[in-house]
Amino acid sequence: MIGLGQFLEVLFSGLLSGVLYSLVALGFVLIFKASGVFNFAQGAMVLLAGLALVRSLDFLVANGFPFWSAVILGLLFAAMIMAITAWMVQRFVLGPLINQDGLTLFMATIGITFVLEGAAQMIFGSDVYPLRLFPTDAWFLFEGNFPGGLLVSKIDVWGGLIAAVLVAGLAVFFQRTKTGRALRAVADDHAAAQSVGISLNWIWFIVWLVAGLVALVAATVWGTKLGVQFSIVFLALKALPVLIIGGFTSVPGAIVGGLIVGAGEKLAEAYLGPFIGGGIEYWFAYVLALVVLMVRPQGLYGERIIERI
Amino acid sequence: MRKLTLALAAFAVGATASTGPAMAQNEQFLPSLVYRTGPYAPNGIPFANGVADYWTLINERDGGINGVKIVFEECETGYATDKGVECYERLKGKGPTGAGYFSPLSTGITFALTEKVPGDKIPLLTMGYGRSESRNGAVFPWNFVAVGSYWTAADVAIQHIAKEFGGFDKLKDKKISLVYHDSPYGKEPIAALEARAKLHGFTFKGIPVTHPGVEQKSQWLSIRQDRPDYVLLWGWGVMNSTAIKEAAAVGYPRDKVMGVWWSGAEPDVTPAGDQSTGYKALMLQHGAGKAKVHADLEKHVIGKGKSPTKDDFAQVLYNRGLLNSMLGVEAIRTAMKKYGNKPMTGEQIRWGFENLNLTADRIKELGFEGMVSPIKLSCEDHQGADVARVQQWDGKNWKVISEYYTADRKILDPMVKDAAAKYAAEKKITPRDCSKES
Repeated sequence: MIGLGQFLEVLFSGLLSGVLYSLVALGFVLIFKASGVFNFAQGAMVLLAGLALVRSLDFLVANGFPFWSAVILGLLFAAMIMAITAWMVQRFVLGPLINQDGLTLFMATIGITFVLEGAAQMIFGSDVYPLRLFPTDAWFLFEGNFPGGLLVSKIDVWGGLIAAVLVAGLAVFFQRTKTGRALRAVADDHAAAQSVGISLNWIWFIVWLVAGLVALVAATVWGTKLGVQFSIVFLALKALPVLIIGGFTSVPGAIVGGLIVGAGEKLAEAYLGPFIGGGIEYWFAYVLALVVLMVRPQGLYGERIIERI
Repeated sequence: MRKLTLALAAFAVGATASTGPAMAQNEQFLPSLVYRTGPYAPNGIPFANGVADYWTLINERDGGINGVKIVFEECETGYATDKGVECYERLKGKGPTGAGYFSPLSTGITFALTEKVPGDKIPLLTMGYGRSESRNGAVFPWNFVAVGSYWTAADVAIQHIAKEFGGFDKLKDKKISLVYHDSPYGKEPIAALEARAKLHGFTFKGIPVTHPGVEQKSQWLSIRQDRPDYVLLWGWGVMNSTAIKEAAAVGYPRDKVMGVWWSGAEPDVTPAGDQSTGYKALMLQHGAGKAKVHADLEKHVIGKGKSPTKDDFAQVLYNRGLLNSMLGVEAIRTAMKKYGNKPMTGEQIRWGFENLNLTADRIKELGFEGMVSPIKLSCEDHQGADVARVQQWDGKNWKVISEYYTADRKILDPMVKDAAAKYAAEKKITPRDCSKES
């Protein structure tokens, strides 16, 4: 029973961690869907959003604001920072590069990554800033069935709930709103969308803003879990295998990919790690991604691209 | 637009030109490998500030070392070995006599530079980190693992755990796990812990965590299942606070988790808030708090606005930076007794390190009383001290909870000898005959 208990515990924690990876992966998917740009800067955007939130929150609390009103004002401030970032990216980087090759745009986002990382640390500091928005203790379930119970972290469950709400919100945004439909039109064909009067600049601003807000949501969960700090940018590297597995253009794919990566890496660390030296979860996610690439290159939920030669 | 671009370019050129220190012939150049950005910045910054502030103090208060001003330049490594080597290559030839010594604050960079410093004749001061076997000065003439090595730390940790359990005989059949950074740094104590495990009959298990250490859930779930009697933590940067949070999440008692001295500073515990209360860590002799030297720093450096230090003043890692610089400055001062009051070469400074004898009186005179016990280095012994204490986080401050423990050299010396001999054989090094060194 101990073996089964441990297996379930590792599996649940892996699935929930995977949902948290999906939160970051969603930002990549949004931008890729609407503009065909692989945004390498998504991890840096999570860092920037998190630092803007936690530093403004600390400032407001220190100046006597009640905690929850400080949280709301902090979220608004961070959202404003992400809006400014989205505008600057569109105005100074992507706007001048319109009609350029996808690889050029990708390289530009690598540049954006370094600028955002440096600027965020320069403006808001490079310390570890604790963020306490959600409970970080754990539930112990089924204590009668398993010795010590099954451990489930509350922060991971919160992350799962937030991801569910976010996915539902994005689905409504894409399917039901005029801007959402315009985004889908741009994703299908830039030129056709422009010909019916959709402004590409406006759409790109909106999509970077939405990705920035998704980054802010991811920062609230990851910041509570780890403290807001530079290491958050490494989450972008965790999101890569999630995207490869789920597909670059699918919101549900980002969630399913996250679940597979989270569960796969945690189970591998717990059960394969002891035999091959441990510390394998970091690269095991890429092994899973490679397997999927070999079988289904567009990812589990990605669009199959058929090109006439 | 063109004017703006030209103006920006001119500004960039001007800014670059002004970053390098202007060198005069009577100045001692000291490089400083730092990490003020990146995942390890919260720990790198206070150390770098301590290093810089002490050198500034020597210039401001004393007019330099025996009249020779210190000129220093920082180089950002981000804790990455490749960048560390790049910084080394860029700075080693600066100044009238080249770089005085290097302190990379990274075991990975130390491993890489250990191969380079013999050719360039520059000492490598790795206070409390680096290769444990580099204590052997006959095989490692340029490495100085002064004050304590990871084997010292591992040995002292087991002594403290044994004391808590009521004696070494009580360790039999106990389980002790090591959660370590999966890097040369994290792996370094394993040999010493295995030696103690064999001696006392406890079960030792190493649990690696991949850089930077933000994902440790499966490791701590395995600890929850194994229920070890004690967990040692060999982490750095974010890995430490994450480990403490995960220990709390799985309900592992924090007072049964003990970190090495690089896992025992304020940035390691404050991000975890109340969950850190009870957590213990080894001390590289010193802890947080002020000694006499801090009053001088407040007067001559901080008071004059010449320090980048803010909240980290007198914190654990800031104080370690001070100590690191003090050892370097005293080695240069020792070298000057033999070679004269002028800028020293790396080779002369090595002689200074090998003849460094910091007595209790001298430590008091320097304002470091209570922070470090007497140290005497020699050609054979590049460590010079074997003691450490244990501190515990009470939720707000570190409290010293033990007396000094002395690492057991009967266990560690043969290990140093064997590992150094193995290294010498691998690298085809003929060990120096220290009896012939003057």
